[in-house]
Amino acid sequence: MSMQALERSALETVRQGIRLSPEFRKGLAGTLVLAALATVGKIIVPIAVQQVIDKGLQGPTPDLAFIRNAVLACAVAVLLTALAGYLMNVRLYRATESGLATLRGKGFRHVHDLSVLTQNTERRGALVSRVTGDVDQISTFMQWGGLMIILAVGQLAIATVLMAVYSWQLTLLVWLCFLPVMLALPRFQRLVARGYTVVRERTGDVLAAVSESVVGSAVIRAYGSEDRTAERIDQAIDGQRRAQVRAQKIVGLTFPISELVASIALAAVVVAGVLLGLDGDITAGELIAFLFLITLFISPLQMGTEVLNEAQNAIAGWRRILGVLDTPADVADPEDGVVLPRGPIAVAFEEVGFHYPEGPPVLHEVSAAIPPRSRIAVVGETGSGKTTFAKLLTRLMDPTGGRITVDGVDLRQVRFSSLRERIVMVPQDGFLFDSTLAENIRFGRPEATDEEITAALGELGLADWLEGLPYGLRTPVGQRGESLSAGERQLVALARAYLADPDLLLLDEATSAVDPATEVRLARALEGVTRGRTAISIAHRLSTAEAADEVIVFEHGRIVQRGPHAELVAEPGVYADLHASWTTATTSATTSASSATPRP
Amino acid sequence: MPTKVSSAVMRQGFRVIGVAIKTEPRIFTVAVLASAVYGVMTVAAAWALGWATENVVLPAFRQGTTTGGALTAAGLLIIGVAALKALGVMGRRILAGIMQYRMQAHSRRAVTRQYLRLPISWHHRHPTGQLLSNASSDAEAAWGPLAPLPMAVGVIIMLLAAAVAIVVTDPMLAIVGFLIFPAIALLNLVYQRRLSPLATRAQELRASVSEVAHESFDGALVVKTLGREEAETVRFQARADELRDANIAVGRVRGLFDPLLEALPTLGVLAVLLVGAMRLTSGQVTSGDLIQVAYLFTLLAFPIRALGWVLAELPRSVVGWTRVQEVLDATGSLTYGAERLTGQDPARAEAREVTYGYDPELPVLRGVTFTAEPGRTVAVVGPTGSGKSTLTQLLGRLIDPDAGAVLVDGVDLRELARGEVSGSVALVPQATFLFDDSVRGNITLGAGLPDEQVWAALRLAQADGFISALPEALDTRVGERGATLSGGQRQRLALARALARRPRLLILDDATSSVDPQVEKRILVGLRDQPATVIVVAYRMATIALADEVVYLEQGVVADQGTHEQLLRRCAGYRDLVTAYEREETERAELAELDEIEDEVVA
Repeated sequence: MSMQALERSALETVRQGIRLSPEFRKGLAGTLVLAALATVGKIIVPIAVQQVIDKGLQGPTPDLAFIRNAVLACAVAVLLTALAGYLMNVRLYRATESGLATLRGKGFRHVHDLSVLTQNTERRGALVSRVTGDVDQISTFMQWGGLMIILAVGQLAIATVLMAVYSWQLTLLVWLCFLPVMLALPRFQRLVARGYTVVRERTGDVLAAVSESVVGSAVIRAYGSEDRTAERIDQAIDGQRRAQVRAQKIVGLTFPISELVASIALAAVVVAGVLLGLDGDITAGELIAFLFLITLFISPLQMGTEVLNEAQNAIAGWRRILGVLDTPADVADPEDGVVLPRGPIAVAFEEVGFHYPEGPPVLHEVSAAIPPRSRIAVVGETGSGKTTFAKLLTRLMDPTGGRITVDGVDLRQVRFSSLRERIVMVPQDGFLFDSTLAENIRFGRPEATDEEITAALGELGLADWLEGLPYGLRTPVGQRGESLSAGERQLVALARAYLADPDLLLLDEATSAVDPATEVRLARALEGVTRGRTAISIAHRLSTAEAADEVIVFEHGRIVQRGPHAELVAEPGVYADLHASWTTATTSATTSASSATPRP
Repeated sequence: MPTKVSSAVMRQGFRVIGVAIKTEPRIFTVAVLASAVYGVMTVAAAWALGWATENVVLPAFRQGTTTGGALTAAGLLIIGVAALKALGVMGRRILAGIMQYRMQAHSRRAVTRQYLRLPISWHHRHPTGQLLSNASSDAEAAWGPLAPLPMAVGVIIMLLAAAVAIVVTDPMLAIVGFLIFPAIALLNLVYQRRLSPLATRAQELRASVSEVAHESFDGALVVKTLGREEAETVRFQARADELRDANIAVGRVRGLFDPLLEALPTLGVLAVLLVGAMRLTSGQVTSGDLIQVAYLFTLLAFPIRALGWVLAELPRSVVGWTRVQEVLDATGSLTYGAERLTGQDPARAEAREVTYGYDPELPVLRGVTFTAEPGRTVAVVGPTGSGKSTLTQLLGRLIDPDAGAVLVDGVDLRELARGEVSGSVALVPQATFLFDDSVRGNITLGAGLPDEQVWAALRLAQADGFISALPEALDTRVGERGATLSGGQRQRLALARALARRPRLLILDDATSSVDPQVEKRILVGLRDQPATVIVVAYRMATIALADEVVYLEQGVVADQGTHEQLLRRCAGYRDLVTAYEREETERAELAELDEIEDEVVA
């Protein structure tokens, strides 16, 4: 998130937010006029009371005809203002919800444009909030708190005008009573907000403690630590309850203050009004109308702290959304990008360097040319730079030095759609969507028919596996694919990429969770189907490396060795060490002697 | 899920409220008393203004004089009544909160106790997300109506007091009131009934928007590598638009009823003025009475809505309560016997004809029988889904067999007293779990082991190196919100947790899969010197080779058991599984030789 977004003022945030959702402004003037009309409804009763007392009841007998007409006129006015209120609400909801739906879509799209760099696991949940909770907060504010502010200001203004018409002295008196409460509102709000912050923190503690008891249930039972866990949960629950009660006390103590102040205002108006009335400055009806007008001050002040709270939350939410939208998509689709013709693909790394912002270099001037139709294995220890190599090649990130070319064109100049068509990566975590097997595989090529999908699975040697599934292609995979085993998820991910039919298939430890027998079968099938294309596999099991035309060995962000397996394993170096370690792990003591020695 | 305030839901909802009242009767009583003070004082406030109008304001305007005494009395009366009302409001709000939060805490405690009591098989049947929301949002929703409840009771008292006050003042004016207030209550009921299904739908759509966003962002790598950003945005926007329409539908109902609910009492006041003026003519009421009733209507208009708030919360409350109750009613916790394990030496573990199924129709294990003799290391090997993990859970008594028995030192695990199994047996499950606690806390789990013992365990698990490199060594916080450890490091910590207890039977369920092969080998060699029987689930040939014996599982049945060499010789499935890589390598080499020969021939 850019610093600029964090420092944005409230006003600036609202201004930019409105610019993002032009729907907000559509018909705003009409809505405001309707809102003003709706607030007029609030002063009908005081006016009616005043008119009835001063005009209808002035004589020795009540002027019933006048009173009837006055009451009737007021009733019509009440109904009209109610109608204005209805129309205003409908317009408000339509405008705000349309604007917010647009905002959600824009935010969502932009998150996908952010590079994987900013999408690490911890931030993903936060990014979801940008298009859900944060927008909901703005929505609540606009339809309740924000509306309250408009109506309250209108209500107070119109009441003040009417009061001033009746008596400026009493108006001053009333404002004198309420002004201190208004000025204290922000302080109350801070108090309440602080209380709520503690509640949120304690609620987080409860969730963490409860989730331990659920996620860690096996460990808790295996070690008989139920009592200790219960104690930890109880502490968290108690902390939460105490914080909730404390916040409730703050709210409970501040809430009735405005009504108490209103009673002081009422008493003051009665006393001062009578004294003024004796001098003939005010009529009895006007004085009694004041008593009704004072009640109009109560609800805006009572709701004040909550409205301010909501306003603060909404602006904070807006600021966070703007922060995301302001973060430039560090990997951008070039305008007028090159569309490359399909066919055998040549890739070259030219002195490519990479480091994360403010991080140490991860790749150092890596140069490598990968000719068309070659089969490359990339090996190295964890953290040696293999995965960075893959992310740069698929343009999930851009290099911080040097360049990568495809058929001689800089990757940064190739149109995204063209690039994604030609180079596809199968990541280690075969993420699946909560849908059927067919839908997930079709994600690679939306127009593929069921027959094509079945055929693709067959070509990968997975026909037996498909047969064994209870509902075949219609098998639901569950949330994140969790109805399938980790190995099966990888099979689906592989089929998905294969169906996309790229010119370069990049496998990032794509079969690490598949059992050895299946993996070997799969590796063999892949050899067949990738013939004629470039295949690069980041290998965790060195059997893959042995099958490749060439092995590229990474260490500490550099390519340290390159060549066919047979050559590399024979010379002392990183690869020979890796290979020895792998052989120890996969071979029993009794049989290791035969296979550990490289063949000529 | 009930979406409407049907009478059945109302009955159930009131029963839930009844439970709360029975649990916290004192707080409820005081809250209702405070709310009654608030209700009566609201009516009194109108009366006070009426009194001041009739006895102070109007006489002063009529006679042109007043007394300081009369003014003081009016002022004090108004402020006094308001002060009492404010006290009532404070008491009501604070006590309602205390009651609601206490009930929430009761539910949370009961639900989580149940989580700790119920067997692992129950946990397997319930998704994590559901269990978390049972303890958080469901417990909260169940007691939602308690927040507006005292106010609603106070409002009923207020209405009764108001009815009495109006009837005493003038029966004709009372008729106006008796027409208007039931109309407001009725309108409110219709409002909640219309709103409730729409609000529920909006809530559901909000959840679905969030689901799509979660899924799409979690799968960002796939979306990006296959260039599907645009299609995903279309998918998300469709949900967002549905939510927009649902919210607008909610807005339409709110927009209609809110102004109506405000207009109705206003029309009531106007009616009071008209009827009152007529009654004035006949001398039945005074001007003060008129003002009192009109003011009363103004004051009552808002609080009467509290009745609707309670009703609006009922459907959610019933859903939450039902979900919480399902957890509390769940049965099937493990039972314990009275036997004790007294041995000091490595334990003897035995499975006798063990059968187990998560679904009784589809057993995962069938008639599994094998024995791990004291001090021996037994490897459990088998393809994915053959039941290895289930077997380890039975051996560690996380679950009980459907048929057959698991025995340690000849005693059926079900006969053992509580705490006996975990005292002698340590299981390291496949999925590593670290508590949000220090390294020490994660290893001792509150057992008060001396630091030397903790370090010894860490050394055995090859974890002493990276732990001592942590900024605060044993006191470093790890887990969810703590220091970042790699998968292999986390596994070694979990292993140390098991070893620190000096178990007589150690069960490792693929517990070193992320550990570097060479480090793993050092760990396993170290374990051989421990006075413990070891049962280990493994894939890697090196691990298997270190075992004294192998139990080979295939589709839930022991297909063969014996030494590694024996199985390699006589069991085709086993040979296939453990030698897949070697065979491939060999075949490849042969192919390469063939290629060379071909090349030579061609040349």
